[in-house]
Amino acid sequence: MKLKREFKIKSYCHIKNQEIWKDGQSVFKGEGAGFSEFAKCAYRFIELSYPKFFKMDNLSKLAFLASEILLKQEDLNSDENNIALVFSNRASSLDTDRKHQESIAVEDNFFPSPAVFVYTLPNICMGEISIRHKLYSENSFFIFERFNAAHLELYSNALLRNGKAKKVLSGWVDFDKDTYEAFLYLVEEKGDNTHNTKEINRLYNIL
Amino acid sequence: MSELKEELKSKIIEQLNLEDVSVGDIADDDALFGDGLGLDSIDALELIVMLDKDYGIRLSDPKEGRKIFESVEVMAAYIKEHRTK
Repeated sequence: MKLKREFKIKSYCHIKNQEIWKDGQSVFKGEGAGFSEFAKCAYRFIELSYPKFFKMDNLSKLAFLASEILLKQEDLNSDENNIALVFSNRASSLDTDRKHQESIAVEDNFFPSPAVFVYTLPNICMGEISIRHKLYSENSFFIFERFNAAHLELYSNALLRNGKAKKVLSGWVDFDKDTYEAFLYLVEEKGDNTHNTKEINRLYNIL
Repeated sequence: MSELKEELKSKIIEQLNLEDVSVGDIADDDALFGDGLGLDSIDALELIVMLDKDYGIRLSDPKEGRKIFESVEVMAAYIKEHRTK
């Protein structure tokens, strides 16, 4: 009987409550209140030089920061960036949907912003990450009531076992009003943590 | 006209979220797209909405924007001639 290939979690990143953790260790703590200011400070901390970041909606900024923490260590080669993205959340793009809805709610003041409208889908955040790292890979965004490690594990394993991707950046990026949380992890052949539902849940709940 | 140009520079920076760019960084004849400020197609749509919302100018053909948004100088001249508010 042929054994199924097993995979590892190489590294993981949490962002919530104005703080960024990598592999369970705090690497940046923002001061002051509000995601907007936090995101700006985190951008400077990571030493990003990517002006497009400031045009993104909150969900994309959150996903972008978490992915940057994990992918900048990967020394990516644009010809070999076969990293699939498998994200999930609860609120979809609701935070931006509300902003768009407000801009079209009053007939006499009907000025929807194109720059807001383009972010009224949750998977746009994966597009931003793909553009940044030149990923021409598989990507999927799932909406769940709560973090669903079993589904993410199943889907990521299928992509890796079927040769659709060499690595998978997977996890949860959720933004709704003042509440936000990102938990992304990189799945590949090598790593310290086993890639299974129990371990994914353990890492998710580590903080 | 000079006041309008300064106003436009402020609006462009604020509405297009141009971080680390100040009014003094934008010359009147700087190209807004391409090698200048590096604005993109979504920014162009945003400027079309701004013309409508703030100056009462409705562009029937978005392609008109290419010429109007060449620089702050050109934009200000167009707004001065066509504004309804």
